[in-house]
Amino acid sequence: MLSLEVLTMAGRVALDIGRPLEAVAIGSQGAGAAGILSSYGVSTLHVADDPRLAEYAPVAWAHAIAELADQVNAEIVIGTASDRGGEVMAHVGARMQVPLAANCTEIAPGDPFIVIRQRWGGSLLEEAHIKARVKLLTLAPHALTAEASPSRTDVTTRAFTPALDDRDFRVRLVPQVEADTGKISLAQARVVVGGGRGVGSAEGFASLEELADLLGGAVGCSRAVTSLGWRPHSDQVDQTGTRIAPDLYIACGISGAIQHMVGCRAAKHILAINTDPAAPIVAQADYAVIGDVQKVLTAVNAEIKRVKAGAPSRTPA
Amino acid sequence: MNVLVGIKRVPATAGQITLTPDGQEIDTRYLGFTVSPHEECAVEEAVRLIEKHGGSSTVLTLGPEAAIDQLREAMALGIERAMLLETDGREWDPVATAAAMVEAIEAERAAGRTYDVVMFGNESADSAGYQVGVRVADALDLPCVTGIKALEVTNGHATVRRQTESGWEVADVPLPAVLTVKEGINLPRYPSLPGRLKAKKKEIERSTPQWQDGGLEKIRLKLPVQVGHTVEILGKDGDPGVQVVELFQRLRLL
Repeated sequence: MLSLEVLTMAGRVALDIGRPLEAVAIGSQGAGAAGILSSYGVSTLHVADDPRLAEYAPVAWAHAIAELADQVNAEIVIGTASDRGGEVMAHVGARMQVPLAANCTEIAPGDPFIVIRQRWGGSLLEEAHIKARVKLLTLAPHALTAEASPSRTDVTTRAFTPALDDRDFRVRLVPQVEADTGKISLAQARVVVGGGRGVGSAEGFASLEELADLLGGAVGCSRAVTSLGWRPHSDQVDQTGTRIAPDLYIACGISGAIQHMVGCRAAKHILAINTDPAAPIVAQADYAVIGDVQKVLTAVNAEIKRVKAGAPSRTPA
Repeated sequence: MNVLVGIKRVPATAGQITLTPDGQEIDTRYLGFTVSPHEECAVEEAVRLIEKHGGSSTVLTLGPEAAIDQLREAMALGIERAMLLETDGREWDPVATAAAMVEAIEAERAAGRTYDVVMFGNESADSAGYQVGVRVADALDLPCVTGIKALEVTNGHATVRRQTESGWEVADVPLPAVLTVKEGINLPRYPSLPGRLKAKKKEIERSTPQWQDGGLEKIRLKLPVQVGHTVEILGKDGDPGVQVVELFQRLRLL
């Protein structure tokens, strides 16, 4: 996948060290990228020419990149910290026998070569030095805003044939597209109603389901809830589960451990419903109701139904 | 079949991270320690593999002497053997960590113990380098799949699935292989009391690898800048239902 954020960052770093910015495309869609690349200061697009690379094979993709990096004497290789990007770059590091700094948010080339990288899903930052002949790093999502340059460059497209053997294709990952269930996915939902231990029980999620239905949203949960077996792991919002980015996240009976906040940090607004005004989630929320989840949701769901039925909104007493 | 699981001892953080005054570490004076979440699931998956296919399971960690607690946690769940690669508490970067683990696995092989499946977590909860499993696989020339959420072993092959934004990816790899696991592949069991007691008595095999500079040096840690913001408390007086619904209308969700 083409990341405009990575292109923007790479362009800045290339300018900083006075080297041309070159791109490598692997896989079936890569060669069509030249048009976009010209707006990001890329001088050369290297297209890996081997039909076996059309499908995702992490080691083969990595070995192609490592070979090219040596060929063009790359000083810095930047990839995106997506699942695939991170996996490929780890293999590149192993192949080239150089370190990899994952999930960077800032890069200051020079001696020492300084990066800021995320730990704990971004709840903590590390300043690190990369000491290697080639600096490898992946860029964390949303580290900066993608910005095309006002002038376009002429992109030279050049095919190269990496020396790959069959062993590089031992692992191939074949996509398996799931049937559309019609359910709104947690990652895409505009509203997420999340429940924690404070919901009380697995059955207690009925009121959260009802609220999510009324708002056209999805239900999520905290890790505590998954561990208790109340909800499946696919509902888990946090550092190791799903990361969400809704317009509103309604956190019900969730204390707000840092791992959970990593999962809901991209929400535009957070409404916390919690009996404990001192819970960390309340301090980090935009709106809060201090009270019992079930009592509050009963009142909220009843009021939505009243309003939807056309009744005039009651003014607060 | 023989399964090896690599784990890491990490602080059990709660609502907030506090750093030591020199900015080198998380202040753990008031924190417990645990195993990274993905690795908890790797341990569970290893125990299930042995329950189903027979064989032996071993847990391996690189860390301070106190990481014995985490090795015992894994043994309480059903892992048979434990190996500690003991450090002086200094941070080891991913290159150095992988090199020490490769050395340990090669020493095992020399002693006649080989592994069909070597498992890790997809990334550790704390330093999150996303690469130790990959580097170990590369050094041992084994196939590797990262981030798996389903595993089926048949006839010397592993069929693994991992989740993507649009569904799943499937791979079939010959064993031996390195697999890194994501939370959600299973729901780890709670250790039984007899399991805990048995784990307590078991011997931990210890060795002391030589620290090396892997080329990624931590200089200092810092907390991200918090943007100050205020919380609006709803329903303080009056019906919380009415005020929350008004908020939904303000945000154009109704």
